Order: sequence, then structure tokens, then C-alpha cells
Amino acid sequence: MVSLRFTKDHEYVRLDGDIATIGITDYAQKQLGDVVFVELPDVGAKLERGKQAAIVESVKAASEVYAPLTGVVVAVNEALPDTPAIVNSSPLAGGWFLKMTLAHAGEMDVLMSEADYNAYVETLG
Amino acid sequence: MAADISLKQTPLVMAHRASGARMVPFAGYEMPLHYEDGILAEHNWTRGNAGLFDVSHMGQAELVGPDHETTARALEALVPADILGLEPGKQRYTQLLNPSGGIIDDVMVSRGGDDGRLALVVNAARASVDYAHMMSALPPVVRLLAHEDRALLALQGPKAAAVLAEHEATLAAMSFMSVRHVRLAGIDCVVSRSGYTGEDGFEIALGARDAPRLWAVLTGEDDVRPVGLGARDTLRLEAGLCLYGHDIDETTSPIEAGLAFSVAKRRRQEGGFPGARRLMGELAGDMKRQRVGIIVEGRQPAREGCAILDPAKGLRIGIITSGGFSPTVGRPVAMGYLPPTHAVAGTALHVQVRDKRLNALVTAMPFVPHRYARAG
Repeated sequence: MVSLRFTKDHEYVRLDGDIATIGITDYAQKQLGDVVFVELPDVGAKLERGKQAAIVESVKAASEVYAPLTGVVVAVNEALPDTPAIVNSSPLAGGWFLKMTLAHAGEMDVLMSEADYNAYVETLG
Repeated sequence: MAADISLKQTPLVMAHRASGARMVPFAGYEMPLHYEDGILAEHNWTRGNAGLFDVSHMGQAELVGPDHETTARALEALVPADILGLEPGKQRYTQLLNPSGGIIDDVMVSRGGDDGRLALVVNAARASVDYAHMMSALPPVVRLLAHEDRALLALQGPKAAAVLAEHEATLAAMSFMSVRHVRLAGIDCVVSRSGYTGEDGFEIALGARDAPRLWAVLTGEDDVRPVGLGARDTLRLEAGLCLYGHDIDETTSPIEAGLAFSVAKRRRQEGGFPGARRLMGELAGDMKRQRVGIIVEGRQPAREGCAILDPAKGLRIGIITSGGFSPTVGRPVAMGYLPPTHAVAGTALHVQVRDKRLNALVTAMPFVPHRYARAG
């Protein structure tokens, strides 16, 4: 079963079985503008919910991407170093950042549903 | 985003919003960072076609004296350029200097006709400092008039000349750094052949109330698209041009900043400008640091504030003052200050970006060759 959840910091989590795929939302890529570089963690790195997981650099600025969950990185998107613009063109599919294990299943429950996230983005104007 | 009522607006704010601009605070103004196409597309459009920039936030002022010699000598007491020799219809780049030879602001000076007037364009964030400085230093016979009712557009790129020539054929023959009064679309304008992108182009000064109409006329051309401050910054970085408050400030001298071309030969011999002793010493080789261009290996940008390290010893030897990903070069580029021993093209460096040390090389600027209209 696949479930999609979101954070207020505009990361998404797609949980498929016990592996979570993490990336940034369409709203986030639009705010950042043209992505030119993504700094990813190493496979095996331990991530803590709310702490820095990656850094995304657009033409304008560098922005932190926070871990939406606690767990261990099991894969990173090898396409991003050479084609970072895929984060702009396909944030929820080809532009994913990393895959991780989920240490605390309950952490999924505090994340927003797609409907709640869309309503939240509406309030940001 | 809620409107910030403390921000000033240019006469073109409605046009920007209508074009889908993302508006941000900049130097006290609400300015377009980019339009719907985004910074990268606007950058590339300017390099290939013609980008139209609203730079009405910049300060426009005039020095008014009884004759050119009086006004020019008054300004020469504040800047190291040859203003006395500035011919009618010509523009010059210079810097207001403090007594230590540091840069209060960098400014464009132009002489319209054969009279005692000189027009100035100054940085928005420095305008009030510049005006107070000049008013305290100018002799009583030379007045400073700050024009708050003016707008400034920049049309930049290889197609800029052809676009303006459709409205006024004589503009295509203007030489770089010349200035002239013309009517464009029936509007009185002062046009200079200059800019801040490294491309051929023009800056067009006009009355604030006429600005929306000229903006509409020019953006209506197929070869012209509006371009925001985001691309203005990446374009000027590629062109190796200084941004005040970043690459130059009250501590840096024009010699350290690589602006010696703008310190006139006569002024070097005669002196008589603030900080002359320091500038002369630096010209003679007594220099602590120099602005350099840097190309960073890989794709990760090294931005303002990153430390520059000597790769052999790991010691900090300088700092990056501007940096980012260059769309035209396709690599990260930066500028920063280094001791003269390291300010040599080809010198290997490390730059510290967060917890990583990236390999980098000192390189000649500009990163993208200038394409100014040299011959008239």
C-alpha cells in the first residue's frame, strides 16, 4: 500500500511498504526556481525528523531540505547530480531526493494528507 | 505575500504584476525578482535577444553649476575619474571615495550638453548616503538636484539596438558610453549606450509618468521580454561587474576592486581626490588584496561569504563576495578577494561551502566576453 504525505516545509513522503521516498513538492520547486545543484546525504546516513537531510541550490539561493521522518538513507537519486533540473520538471516522480527506512511508524501520522497540504498551500497565496 | 506598505514602488509595479512577476523587497523597493519564465530563461533570453529591465529604483540626480569646468572640478574633488575631460554626449563610470580611498558608491556620470550640468545614476541603497555626502562637500555654486520623478529602463542584449532603431534610427550608431536626448514613442528620453549585463544595450531615463507607456511599447516587441533582478545579478556576475555592498564597499578601493581603468591618468599624476595616497600606493604595487574571478569545480555554487583557502596549508586567505551558477558557462563562478600572491590566473584554491572544500581556480574575468558596441 502506497501513501503520500506532506510537511509544512514542503517535503513529500511516499511510503511504499516500509521504504519512504522523500522529495520536495511542486510548490517548493516553483518557489525555489531553477535548481542547479542538490547536495544529498550518503547512503547509510541516519536522518532525524526535522533536521537537515539535503540542500537544494537554485540559481537564486541555497535552501535546506529537512528530513520528514527519522530513519536511515537506503538510496539517493543518482540522476540529480547531472540533471538537477528534473526537480523542477518532475518533483513528485523523477525528481525524488532519497529513499529511507521509517524508524517510527507513528511519524507518518503527524504529516499532512494531500488534501490538507493543498489547503495549506492555498493559505500561502 | 501581503503587500509591505513600507516599501517604495517604481512606476511600473502594476506592469510587473500583470506580467506575473514575483515581487521581492530590494533596496527599499518592491521589485520584480523574475517573471513567469524564471531567472534561467530570462538570463538566456537577454544573452540571445533583448531583455527589458526596470531599474527605476536607482537614484537619478544632477549636479548643476555655472559651467562645465566648475561642476566638473567640484565632482573631481570626490571621484578619481577625469570629469573635466568628459565631452558633451559622453558617459563615464566612477566611484565616490571616502578619505581612506574606500568606495562610498559606484556611479555613472554623463554630460548632456555644453553646460554646467552633469547627470548621475547611483545605487538605490546608497542614494541617501551619496546625496548627503555630496551636499556636504560641494561648493555653494554647484547644486545637487535629486530627481524622484524619473524612471530608468535598461534594454540589454544583441537585439537591443535593432529594437530601438525601429523607433529612432540614429540610436544604432551610438558608441558605447555615449548619451543623447531622443524621443521614443513620442516620449522625451535620455538614452545611454551602456548597461550591467556585458551585452550591447541601452539605459533609458524618462519621466515616471511616461514609463508604463514605453514599457508597454517595448515589451510588445517580439524580440523583447521583461527580465527581473535575479537574471540581472547572474548576467552582471558573468560579466565580472561589481555589485555595491557585496564586491565593493567602504573598505575596498577601486584599485583593489580591479577598477583601475576608471582612475584617470591625469588624476593619478595630479591627485586631489579622497584616498589619493592609498590609491597611488596600490597602483605602485603596495596592495593587500585584489578582486579575482574564480571558477569552481563541479556543479555546487560557492556563494557570498564562503571562505577561500590555500589548498597546501588549508589556511583562510580570502572570501567570496559574489557567486552562483553561471547559466552561460554552465558551471559555478564567483568573485572574491585574495592577496596579490594568489591573485594570479591559474592559481589553485579551495573554497569552503558548508562542510565541503571544493577545488577552484583563479580565472580571468569576464567569465562571458563583453559584447559592447565599441565603434560608433
